[in-house]
Amino acid sequence: MLVHIDQEKCCGAGSCVLAAPEVFDQRDEDGIVVLLDAEPPADSHQAVRDAAAVCPAAAIRLEQA
Amino acid sequence: MATAAQTPRFVHPAARGGCPFDPPPAYRQAQQDEPISRVSLWDGTPTWLVTRHEDVKAVLGDARFSSDATRAGFPFISAGARQLSTGQPTFIRMDDPEHARLRRMLTGEFMIKKVEALRPEIQRIADDLLDRMTAGRTSGDLVREFALPLPSLVICLLLGVPYQDHDFFQECSRVLLRRDASAEEVNAAQRRLADYLVGLTEAKRAEPDDGILSRLVARGELDTQEIGAMGRLLLIAGHETTANMTALSVLALLRNPDQLARLRAHPESVVGAVEELLRYLTIVHSGLTRVATEDVTLGGVRIGAGEGVTCMVNTANRDEREFPDGDALDLTRDARRHLAFGFGVHQCLGQPLARLELQIALNTVLRRLPELRLAVPFESIRYRGEMLVYGVHELPVAW
Repeated sequence: MLVHIDQEKCCGAGSCVLAAPEVFDQRDEDGIVVLLDAEPPADSHQAVRDAAAVCPAAAIRLEQA
Repeated sequence: MATAAQTPRFVHPAARGGCPFDPPPAYRQAQQDEPISRVSLWDGTPTWLVTRHEDVKAVLGDARFSSDATRAGFPFISAGARQLSTGQPTFIRMDDPEHARLRRMLTGEFMIKKVEALRPEIQRIADDLLDRMTAGRTSGDLVREFALPLPSLVICLLLGVPYQDHDFFQECSRVLLRRDASAEEVNAAQRRLADYLVGLTEAKRAEPDDGILSRLVARGELDTQEIGAMGRLLLIAGHETTANMTALSVLALLRNPDQLARLRAHPESVVGAVEELLRYLTIVHSGLTRVATEDVTLGGVRIGAGEGVTCMVNTANRDEREFPDGDALDLTRDARRHLAFGFGVHQCLGQPLARLELQIALNTVLRRLPELRLAVPFESIRYRGEMLVYGVHELPVAW
């Protein structure tokens, strides 16, 4: 799985960090999404899918590798 | 295919009825047989009513539906609500890119790690309030003594607003959120609150502190009026919503003793429990409003450019297609896809704070008041049907 984020679209709601804290973080200055792991291990795939599903701004795109 | 010429089903907002935790019957019926339907507003203007989870998400996530309340066709549920949305509008009633520019001045303030750092302070506030409430007494009003002061104290702390002014800003807030308030009453309350926050912002300019108002001054990108307007938004949004969710959650748990017992026995499950309570109770009960900027076909219905749309997040959160057995409060459910904070780029900015406050408030009440019960018959509880934010006016409890 490949994870793509769009910092322009991100509205800083933080839902992705709640769903998958090992993959997503928020930028200190403005809370915008930061990608910690663009190719997360299999055991976090479900959490990443949950994060993409709850992202209000469609700022997370997943690509099946 | 439905068209704009249809006869309105009912006047929105429709009367409440049935279980006080459920959306009013008219909306449940609309979701069953005409999920995107035509209703009329108080002044006779029509609006589209969107009731399903999938469709509400689609509208709120689509930039063709504008949040700009000054656009022709924007739906308002009352004259007071129109004044609230169009007099000194803040970024919640703007579209990108201006909305994003302003919102991003605040997103850093409410991000998860920053909010998480407030945990000990919020816990201390919750404990202090319960110490005071329970000292020498065995009953009291949980709204006035706990649910309302807790988030009010926290947002005052964050903004740098003196809490001793709470009677003043809570009174203004009550007028702003009353659906039957006239445009004049709303305008007057808005002005008083704006003057207060502009004065406070001037004071921060002279003597900065560690609050959000001072940090907005220091950024140097907004003038005093703009900072005052932002402060007004945060002050109101920051205390009314959490206060009402807290009290209504406690009441819902008291009415579902098996769920209450479960949460009391497993306080670590509070994170998921709060999501389910947000889904089940959805206190923004009058809908989230948008106006179409171009023709859009949604669920087989053509919504024309310039037509108003009202998204019922409360019925969406009970949509059986998304949440099977959705009318049941089930704290073990994965409810994270709920729309209680809205959806799209306008989704609640303060949601990490709201979550943390609710988690701490509920766990603290359940832990410290093992004998908690209603002090009046359930039937005598007064609900905030006439307010923009649903909840209870008082919650008389004993412990």
